[in-house]
Amino acid sequence: MAMAEEIGAEEFSAVVARHRAQIFRFLLASTRDVDLAETLTQDCFLKAHRNWKSFRGESSAMTWLMRIAINLQKDHWRNRRMQFWRHARTNAVDMGEASEWLPSGERSAEQQLLAHERVHQVSKAVEGLSERQRTVFLLRYVEEAELSEIARATGLSEGTVKAHLSRAVAKVRAELGGRQ
Amino acid sequence: MNFNEKAGRVSGVSNIADEPDELDEALTEFRLSVYAWSEAAYSRTRTAVVPGRRRIWRLAAGWALGCVLVAGGGSAGVWEHHQHQQEMRITAARVAEQQRLAAQQQLWQEDEDLLAKVDSDVSRQVPAAMEPLGQLMVGDETR
Repeated sequence: MAMAEEIGAEEFSAVVARHRAQIFRFLLASTRDVDLAETLTQDCFLKAHRNWKSFRGESSAMTWLMRIAINLQKDHWRNRRMQFWRHARTNAVDMGEASEWLPSGERSAEQQLLAHERVHQVSKAVEGLSERQRTVFLLRYVEEAELSEIARATGLSEGTVKAHLSRAVAKVRAELGGRQ
Repeated sequence: MNFNEKAGRVSGVSNIADEPDELDEALTEFRLSVYAWSEAAYSRTRTAVVPGRRRIWRLAAGWALGCVLVAGGGSAGVWEHHQHQQEMRITAARVAEQQRLAAQQQLWQEDEDLLAKVDSDVSRQVPAAMEPLGQLMVGDETR
């Protein structure tokens, strides 16, 4: 708790208010489980609060928080693998369910249907990606992070990030190609 | 901070390679759907249910009933097992008694057969030379 004194309650509340939705969104897209995403988001900010002293400001607070979130998510899957009896993903929904939330905009019914189908295909491809590829892909194409930020958040080199990203995109492209 | 915070930005996702329009469009739509899904999940109402006293009683009663059922089922099983063991013991004792009687019967039968055989053998082996003496004994008795 002594570490927590490094940041004031109000200041930290502002950090939470600014970044919570984005951390939650990333975790939701990664885990596809609303409850789990909420829990991990809470854990992320709790960890950030406890270790705020170790945040040196070399990267943005968002990048630092994202790094914590990625590590928490990794730990979660690692622990889950250990619990072999919990193979069934009880709360995780089909990634394709995200396509249900596609805003209709001013498109025709046919365009909406096509968009829905496209999102479903992308979701399916994302689901089939490896954990690292998925993380990099989501950071790039959902959170729209720069390659350098992704590298900092994941602890990978930019070259590795590019390689993972290009493989992920190739898989998504192949999935979309299969639809045509 | 360079992470984009503006939800719903449509363009500008491709800089890894020259991606075809359809891929670009699909990725944008995917991002929008994730944004919408996340917003809906983030702003959903959360209700914390405080268990009332009645619910606690119901829970306790349920547990008690469950315990009784489990205990009843367990003891019925034990009793059944005990009865079965006892029946097995009685049957085994009955079979052993029958076997013992049969063995005894067989021994008696063997003794009877042996005695009969001895009698018949002894009667056949009376030497012929003893017959006159026998006649004398008969004469003494008549005198």
